Amino acid sequence: MRSAIEIEGVGKRFRLYKEKAHSLKERVIRFGRLPYEEFWALRDVDLSVRQGETVGLLGHNGSGKSTLLKCVAGIFRPTEGRIVKAGRIAALLELGSGFHPDLTGRENVFLNGSILGLPRAEITRIFDDIVAFAELERFIDMQVKHYSSGMYARLAFAVAVNVDPEVLLIDEVLAVGDEAFQRKCLARIKHFQREGRTILLVTHAADLVRQICDRAAVLDRGQLVNVGMPGEAVLAFRDTLLRRGLEVPEELDHPGVRKTLAIRITGATLEYPVQGRQHLLPGEPLTIRMTYEAPQRIDDVVFAINIFDQKGTLLLGTNTDVLDVDVGPVEGTGEVAFGLERVPLLDGVYQVNLGIHNHDGGTSYDHREAKDFFEVLNPGKTIGLVHFPLQIRVSTGRLGRRAAG
Amino acid sequence: MSTVPRTAVRLRPGGADVTRRPSPLRRAADVWRYRELLANLTRKELKVKYKNSVLGFVWSLLNPLLYLVVFYIVFQVFLPGGLPYFAIFLLAGLLPWTFFSNALSGGTMSITGNGALVGKVWFPREILPLASIGAALVHFFLQSLVLVVALIAFRYAPAPEFLPALVPAFLALVLFLGALALALSAINVYLRDTQHLLELALLAWFWMTPIVYPFRRVADRLGQWGSLYLLNPITCAIITFQRAIYNKTTVDGGKTKVLPDASVWWYLRNIGILAAVSIALLLAALVIFGRLEDNIAEEI
Repeated sequence: MRSAIEIEGVGKRFRLYKEKAHSLKERVIRFGRLPYEEFWALRDVDLSVRQGETVGLLGHNGSGKSTLLKCVAGIFRPTEGRIVKAGRIAALLELGSGFHPDLTGRENVFLNGSILGLPRAEITRIFDDIVAFAELERFIDMQVKHYSSGMYARLAFAVAVNVDPEVLLIDEVLAVGDEAFQRKCLARIKHFQREGRTILLVTHAADLVRQICDRAAVLDRGQLVNVGMPGEAVLAFRDTLLRRGLEVPEELDHPGVRKTLAIRITGATLEYPVQGRQHLLPGEPLTIRMTYEAPQRIDDVVFAINIFDQKGTLLLGTNTDVLDVDVGPVEGTGEVAFGLERVPLLDGVYQVNLGIHNHDGGTSYDHREAKDFFEVLNPGKTIGLVHFPLQIRVSTGRLGRRAAG
Repeated sequence: MSTVPRTAVRLRPGGADVTRRPSPLRRAADVWRYRELLANLTRKELKVKYKNSVLGFVWSLLNPLLYLVVFYIVFQVFLPGGLPYFAIFLLAGLLPWTFFSNALSGGTMSITGNGALVGKVWFPREILPLASIGAALVHFFLQSLVLVVALIAFRYAPAPEFLPALVPAFLALVLFLGALALALSAINVYLRDTQHLLELALLAWFWMTPIVYPFRRVADRLGQWGSLYLLNPITCAIITFQRAIYNKTTVDGGKTKVLPDASVWWYLRNIGILAAVSIALLLAALVIFGRLEDNIAEEI
């Protein structure tokens, strides 16, 4: 795989002036020198992002993750090391940063497009797509200072994703707009991923990292402390927060503790394969039905299920989004059935947790925990947790007896 | 800058190292690639200046028009005896000067004024001072319309053989201006006093340049040192404008001397020197800009 971004030994040193004196008088008095402290915002960062990969950058405030992104974008020039990039980079560092409030939406699209290096003809060609994506057809000739922050963000995001970037740099911008637009942004990002584009994403949202990143890197005080699979990196991020004595965001420990109840779980039933028998045999199917009620239409819905054993080990965690099941807008009452074709477990009582949340996991509508259990009774004498499909062949030299487990 | 040895990792050709200072050639190529942005930023400056105003661009015409009317009334009606058609003499020098001074002060503040943009997006930073020059250029041509209309109204004939010299004169002025604006825009990020100092310097510079008074009035008094006056680079451009448009080297039947009574080649020679010096300054400005650019985004 070719790399899209090579970051080698990058360090960025800032000067923190004790007195912010930009004036000539100050400089003359001090012979041009001002007292300052040096501070390395980044040090010895090595990271290689392959083409088509989505890499998340996690870190607490001041960990240097945005500085790193700005170095990649070319806004900051690193003090040491080097960064090599291939392809056109579109940076979404702060939404609408290239916008001028006194210009209209249309003028800003052209201004913003040219900031990203597009010729006028190209912007004209994609103009309608941008406006349609931002859903601002009626307001495009209005000065953007009259836009709501959501409209502003939508237009900026629409420009950035429609300029056909080979590499997209995103800094904490997915948390804007309403639910529907967030889902649309996420859908566009997933579309980008399918097209093999490269994304470098700075975020606090651990769920987002789990959901869309192939890998994640954790920065702590300018040092790269972990690069790995999203789950691993999220844990490492949590550790750095704990070590710093910083508050661990709830979502890292207890995803979706607050619930909005915009959709309520009204009930759940477990359907055993044989009526009247309140347990499963290893390998038998199980259907878990959840009924819900949405008083008003909700567009952004994901149904999730987790199964734990008695020690609290997560055996299965999945949702409609992960499984690419399209859940349209939801209104009124309905039912979701999770049909487990086989439950390959041995003896035990297992806990089922159910949840309904939005795509980025930032909003939890409702969850039902520690209320539903199912039991598996193993008629055999094998012990353990998992009912592995198993064939045993034993061959002894002369007698040649076979046994099956 | 680098304090650690750079590891020798081979990367695919075509990959650009974003951490190195681009060469002047690369800079020029980047500016060309972003010419669309240059046009858009110029447009933005013009639009924002006259946002929500009913008259819009008419405002930039009113300024030279007012000069024209006031000076016509004062020097033709109340205080006759000065230069005849003084309003035309004044505008011939004042318009290029206004262009120069507006573009230079706009250019100097262009990077600090667009801090939000500079800190958030990458694009060739040279575009910002260039866009200020672009906006001033548009104003200059609009205001020149007033002068053209005045010439027609007064049935005043410029010097035909000197008119072509206006093109190199103006280009040399733009080169000189470009060099100064580029350097000052970057310096102003680190030394914010630059813009205030410049304001003062421009005021002094204005009175040291023969705009409201004729060149010969000073040069002749300096005697053999008269040509020293041409060391003021703006003078070379301004007197060419005055020679071509005002079209009089002496008035009052030769008693009052106004402009050097020299051929168009003498004027062009001065312009040539100005252009050569400006190109050297421009290269120096690019080097200064390149060095100062390193920390622009964080100092802003």
